[in-house]
Amino acid sequence: MASFDVMPDIQLYQPVELDDALSLAERYGDGGWVLGGGQDTYGWLKDRAKNPQAMIDLSGIDSLRGIRTTDDGIEIGATTTLREIIRDERINRDFSLLAQAAGRVASPQIRNVGTLGGNLSQDTRCWYYRRGLACYRAGGNLCYADGPESMNREHAVLGASRCVAVSPSDTATAMVALEAMMVVASASGVRSIAAEDFFVGPATHITQMTALEPGEILTAVRIPSKWAGQRFYFEKVADRDVWDFALVSIAVAMRLEGDSIAESRFVCGGVACTPHRLKNVESAARGNSLSEASADAIAPLASAGAIPLNYNHFKLPLMENLVRRAMRG
Amino acid sequence: MNDYKLVGKDFTPPDVMGKVTGKAKYAEDFRVDGMVFARMYTSPMAHGKVTHIDASAAEAMDGVIGILTADDVPAVEAPNGAILTNSPAFIGDPILAVAAVDEKTAEDALAAIKITIEPLPFVTDPLDSLIAGGPDAREEGNVYARSREGSGFRTVKWTKEQIDDFRAGKEPTGEFAAEWKYGDLDKGFADAKVIIEENFVTTGYAHMSMEPRTAMAYWQNGTCYVHGSAQSHTFWMPGLARLLGIETKDLVLISENTGGGFGSKIGAYPIAALPGYFSKKIGRPVQLRVTGEQEYYMGSARVGFQGWIRMGFAENGKATATDVFIIEDIGANATGGDASSAGGAISLVYDPDAMRFRGLPVLTNTTPRGAQRGPGQNQIAAVMAPIMDKAARELGLDPLAVRKINAANNATTVYEEQRGVTSAYLEEALTMGAEMFDWENRRQQPKKNGSKVRGLGIGQGYHSAGATGFDGLIRITPDGKLHIHTGVGNLGTYSFASTSRAAAEVLKCDWENCEIHNGHSEKNLPWNSYQAGSVSTFAHTRTNYVAAMDALRKMKLIAADTMGGEPDDYDIDGQRVFLTENAAQGMSYGAIAARAIQLGGEYSGQTYPDDINEITQRSVQNLAGSGLVGVAKDNLPQEGTIPGLACAFVEIELDLETGKYEILDYVGIAECGTVLFPAGLAQQMKGGAVWGMGMAALERHVYDPQYGLPANVGYHQCGIPTYLDVPSVTRTGAVDIADPQNPFGARGIGEPAMGCSVAALTSAISDALDGHIFGRTPVSPDMIVNHVTGRDQSFLPLQTNNF
Repeated sequence: MASFDVMPDIQLYQPVELDDALSLAERYGDGGWVLGGGQDTYGWLKDRAKNPQAMIDLSGIDSLRGIRTTDDGIEIGATTTLREIIRDERINRDFSLLAQAAGRVASPQIRNVGTLGGNLSQDTRCWYYRRGLACYRAGGNLCYADGPESMNREHAVLGASRCVAVSPSDTATAMVALEAMMVVASASGVRSIAAEDFFVGPATHITQMTALEPGEILTAVRIPSKWAGQRFYFEKVADRDVWDFALVSIAVAMRLEGDSIAESRFVCGGVACTPHRLKNVESAARGNSLSEASADAIAPLASAGAIPLNYNHFKLPLMENLVRRAMRG
Repeated sequence: MNDYKLVGKDFTPPDVMGKVTGKAKYAEDFRVDGMVFARMYTSPMAHGKVTHIDASAAEAMDGVIGILTADDVPAVEAPNGAILTNSPAFIGDPILAVAAVDEKTAEDALAAIKITIEPLPFVTDPLDSLIAGGPDAREEGNVYARSREGSGFRTVKWTKEQIDDFRAGKEPTGEFAAEWKYGDLDKGFADAKVIIEENFVTTGYAHMSMEPRTAMAYWQNGTCYVHGSAQSHTFWMPGLARLLGIETKDLVLISENTGGGFGSKIGAYPIAALPGYFSKKIGRPVQLRVTGEQEYYMGSARVGFQGWIRMGFAENGKATATDVFIIEDIGANATGGDASSAGGAISLVYDPDAMRFRGLPVLTNTTPRGAQRGPGQNQIAAVMAPIMDKAARELGLDPLAVRKINAANNATTVYEEQRGVTSAYLEEALTMGAEMFDWENRRQQPKKNGSKVRGLGIGQGYHSAGATGFDGLIRITPDGKLHIHTGVGNLGTYSFASTSRAAAEVLKCDWENCEIHNGHSEKNLPWNSYQAGSVSTFAHTRTNYVAAMDALRKMKLIAADTMGGEPDDYDIDGQRVFLTENAAQGMSYGAIAARAIQLGGEYSGQTYPDDINEITQRSVQNLAGSGLVGVAKDNLPQEGTIPGLACAFVEIELDLETGKYEILDYVGIAECGTVLFPAGLAQQMKGGAVWGMGMAALERHVYDPQYGLPANVGYHQCGIPTYLDVPSVTRTGAVDIADPQNPFGARGIGEPAMGCSVAALTSAISDALDGHIFGRTPVSPDMIVNHVTGRDQSFLPLQTNNF
């Protein structure tokens, strides 16, 4: 078994115009590796676990960076750093859920260079997959994480389909809760995808975590004003307060009318291959007030349908507890 | 208070500037003319036999210089680790190396090599091997016991019922390999008011040295030059020479800075010899850069424990008896000894009236195991703290009181032999810590606040902390400068510098007038101890003391010979030797050194004591005639165990709904005799605290048992604590009572600084959960959530290498 850690020979493109980046993405297709902050790039390439022909570095494209006001909310360029999001006044005022989620990504150092687009598009952290094993997600015909003795403490309790990996993105849960739209461009045009549809599970596409197809680039995220200034709750439980991915996280947006919840979005991270909406919790929450009693009544719904693996049944009570905490006044 | 000029005072160690500016050079940073780059191919299988190697495609590549296989290096008898092997016993066991003109070519060549391996049975959990019908990690057996009477393989199997009973918490009844005891165990338990019985598991985890064990070597005129990553310096020489098949006189070791060893680089390890063999084969200097991933495969890990303990306590909290049984996970290369050390720690820290230890070292196909900070002592510290708390609870006593009544003191006796200690003041440390922490007041505060609950913990740590019989070597040159030659390795603790100050203290030299020579054999270093086991402070304040006393004797002889009178008529200060009754009549150190050169003989190293080590002898020979030489072996009296001791107090706030906790306050107290270097001690106590926090909750060692595959091959997966996972302030203090068997009263502290921390944390977690004992490290959030919600844990009782 060879151990690789030297950067292999690879073409590096550093376009300054989006059109050029899109042309390159189209030209290289599967062989193109699009990167922003590069925080989930060099490990893959140095390990030779992924072997693209070319890197397309988006960091020099000014139009992909920054936070802009739109007719209906805000638009965040894909290469905007997480730090910029955390410190943005408008986001903190209107969409603090996203600022909180971004503030729990990885470490301060990674947030300084890591981008929103990269955080949303990153690959799963399943350790078997990251080891370069030929699992379903890597194009093979086996899930190493779902065997009778597999070490799968961090893996899925919901939505598994052959692969049991989970989405690692902290900002993804917030985007689904905020009903964000993903702006995706290619040489042939631009399309918008609802955040909820942007993240795809193994039953849809087992080798991808998102709906991005070869040749496409996530250019921006639009957050509608619908949830601006509403009540939010975000919490991430990880082994360490830094660097680790969520064992379970929750992002909640709620619109209150008086004391009662008129509408809500409860989204869990770390439990499925995609951010997982707790629709039964949302339904049950409607008309309830934020209180210990309603928290106790609704929390048990959080883990409905969950099927634990060998080492992760703790995720069920943890999901319930996070819903309970969100529902408290 | 003492009136030392240097001992007990802070200073800036000479290696600090290089480390903060990046100028410090590590093994990987060196380049020599003609050097080529080697990389390793390691086993993808947990256990097997290499049946065929096809390197033809690699050898045909442009830029590939050569290939080294197990056939090119000496064979090593199992279970010892080999430089290269055709019988890999864990994933990552080195099989061959490729040398090329650059690293990328070497990697390309590795990718082109085809190796056929015949798989053999393997196992990752000792209990899975021990159970009847379970696989053996080695073809020769599943147990390797080392003892004075002889070491060897055995095959030991327990019945399924015996394994099940052990997992269920019952006393193990299966075969064991080692036993020692003292006192009347039956009487001890009969005298007990309370008997606590628990089983436990402590997961071993990687040493995680930031600098992998990279090495570079070349040959010149029959001498092998090795740039290595060494935790010790001259102590490495005999082992590395043996690995290379040469004499120590034909070896030059360069290791000026080391990016962490933590017990994994104490002595020369096999892979350090690979570049020497490769260089000899291809006639070029060879640098073998070990990748971060490979460092996790073969950089070793702490020994894991699966054990059972029964402990009796009298009404006043005094420990009356302890019966402990420990199965050690000793990996594939059978490095252990932690279990018996754990027993020894119990006998010292808790001092039971009677005790029995039984142990069984079991092989697994996991990363090689090695001594890691407090090997054995720190695992058992984590286990013992909640047991002490449980005893206190059942007896209605303050947990602090139970620690104090059992605390090691000057009358404490240890191990089977029940030998004494040089000195011990653990009760004084506990008193000091309790006052700093405000233990009494905190005990009265409310515990619960919503989903959060406070927990208070006390931990104690111990390791024997001294060694004797090594050499000291100093020199004063005609410019009046004091040169302190030290073979102490620079593993990042500053001990090579702080112990050197002992010589300057004796000779009353200004520190600015001193120069330390270290890190390179050609700097003429003395035979010094290993930098491990917390021994350096005790051992090398003594060696530098005896060398300085030898120099002082010679200086007074020269003064009397030159200026008249008797040697005892002279005193020193201000880098002068002068008549005590007339300070104006004297000679500078520089003049004395010049005179020593003129006189020759023992004064300037032409002759030297017979009992110094051959390495020291060669250094003295090289230095002869360059100044006044002070050289001596440490033959100072020494009797009994030299304890390094520490205690810690911690307060946590644990969230019952998430299983997470925050450390609100931490106080660590050192009991290490006289404080030698306050800033260094504080760093040891703080660094040890962080490591203990990692062991208690975060650091993991995960193996997939179906494939024998390690999950933890990087810092991220291993879960080391980060800056934001530990308190921003950790408070430390020291008892600072001199030990009578060191010229300056100093003992070591490195290892107990961590043991007290992990123990305080396991104690605090138990306190927060109303006395629940997990009997396991690490305690992770999932375990706490499962406990609080009444769920079973995911793993089998005593299962290991699963977090």
